[in-house]
Amino acid sequence: MILELKQVKTHIGQFRILQDITFAVPEGKVTVILGRNGAGKTTTLRSIMGLTPPTEGEILLDGKRIEGLPPHVIARKGVGFVPEDQAVFSALTVNENLRLAMRGRDQSAEERLTFVLDVFPDLKEKLSRKGGGLSGGQKQMLAIGRALVRDNRVLLVDEPSKGLAPIMVEKLARALRVIKDQTTVVLVEQNFALASAVGERYVIIDDGHTVREGILCELEQDRELLRRYLGISPANGERGRAG
Amino acid sequence: MGMGTFVNLTVNGLSTGMMIFLLASGLSLIFGLMGVLNFAHGSLFMLGGYTGVVVFAHSGSFILALVSAMLVGLLVGWVVERLTVRRVYGNAIAQILVTTGVMIVLNELVKAVFGPDIIATPVPPLLAGSWAIGSVILIKYRLFTLAVGLVVAVAVHLLLTKTRLGMVVRAGVENPEMVQALGINIRQVFSLVFAFGAALAALGGVMMAPAVGAVNPDMGLQNQMLAFIVVVIGGMGSFLGSALGSILVGLAGAYTAWFLPEASLAVNVLLMAVVLLLRPNGLFGMGGE
Ligand SMILES: Nc1ncnc2c1ncn2[C@@H]1O[C@H](COP(=O)(O)OP(=O)(O)O)[C@@H](O)[C@H]1O
Ligand SMILES: [Mg+2]
Repeated sequence: MILELKQVKTHIGQFRILQDITFAVPEGKVTVILGRNGAGKTTTLRSIMGLTPPTEGEILLDGKRIEGLPPHVIARKGVGFVPEDQAVFSALTVNENLRLAMRGRDQSAEERLTFVLDVFPDLKEKLSRKGGGLSGGQKQMLAIGRALVRDNRVLLVDEPSKGLAPIMVEKLARALRVIKDQTTVVLVEQNFALASAVGERYVIIDDGHTVREGILCELEQDRELLRRYLGISPANGERGRAG
Repeated sequence: MGMGTFVNLTVNGLSTGMMIFLLASGLSLIFGLMGVLNFAHGSLFMLGGYTGVVVFAHSGSFILALVSAMLVGLLVGWVVERLTVRRVYGNAIAQILVTTGVMIVLNELVKAVFGPDIIATPVPPLLAGSWAIGSVILIKYRLFTLAVGLVVAVAVHLLLTKTRLGMVVRAGVENPEMVQALGINIRQVFSLVFAFGAALAALGGVMMAPAVGAVNPDMGLQNQMLAFIVVVIGGMGSFLGSALGSILVGLAGAYTAWFLPEASLAVNVLLMAVVLLLRPNGLFGMGGE
């Protein structure tokens, strides 16, 4: 297991947001975090990243505890983060956004940059454009690309398809399939079609608890579970389609 | 008002603007990057002025006075960030209290050592006097401050736009959390920018002293007021904004001083109100409009 959360509890101010988050992420796979709005998916990723540090529990990366470390140290240990709102630096050019994330200018970093521009050719044409001038889909690509130029062990991606046009969601699905060969991915995704197109394992979070964990293709059959925790019935109409 | 007076006032205004700019640019960067409204910033300006007085009195070298003031600013700024401001990031009320406390301590320290009265600061001999071109009289010292201010402005602009550190600062002004998530120790950058801003303020102070003829313990507070106006006009966190805002405030101050000296501050507040009505985030401010 590359990443493990054990009974993680997180408070924001005096609010108890996460009560008991426990799951494991196997190396080289895409683990999808599912759950309705407000369930605590974003807070889970932010807790791993150290942005909202857990108040109790353990988070292990490669078997070593990382909870309580400052975010930049967690990032340097190989955790990449693509936040829900993308957080592309709008005053920086696309090139600067990518370079900011690269630490040294070593060979492998340059190779990863080339890889990113191959996966997202749209970015290659916009290198000198300001981040703020990109479309929603391009911002999402830049946010993912920016995380990918780093030498990550695990990549945390929060709802990348949110607000994207169907054609962009398809591009995203294709990109995620290429990316998953390079790094372990933890993907928060409400679009079940996209989730099942790229994911292998799932974790369901509800009201700050992990309620179920397993293999995605088995979940697809479990209509009752899907209805109960995600409010969808895949038989009669999915919420979105992904190539 | 004749041509000569007009040029003279304009040079004076630009020169004062430059010194305000040295104070305001740090204030703006510190606020933009760390969200800290630094009420102690003016004290660094004042400390720069007094450092200049002491060093110039002992060495007779104005260059040495400028450099020493900056070093003192850098050091005091670094210590203040480490010991006080660092502990209250994210807590606006605590920041106001803590930085105001630092301001009071520094001001009282200076009063204790140098006394509460003004100390006259003549223009260094090399920079004294003026050139007359027809009816236009150019005061050498004013031109000197203008030149130094311009050089510093260009240098900081290049630092912000052409270096990796500048890139980190610009990104941090927008989203410090995301900068951290990319493996960058933003706290280190905070300390650096705080100390650097303090050094710029101290440079402003040491240059202001001969321009107005004296230092006094309250000079920081007086100019900090103008710097806050500049930051609001230019837009929080915008370097170009503080440059433009400083020029506007400097010129407005100089022209008003000629016609109606008492109205100087009022005109600047008016200027701020007009800018805010037209552009609520300031001239170069980012964010929700
Ligand atoms: N900064 C915050 N302050 C207070 N409550 C918050 C904050 N951030 C999130 N929450 C609450 O925590 C719960 C989980 O939020 P979040 O992790 O964003 O959910 P999800 O990503 O699953 O939609 C929600 O009820 C939300 O209202
Ligand atoms: Mg969320």
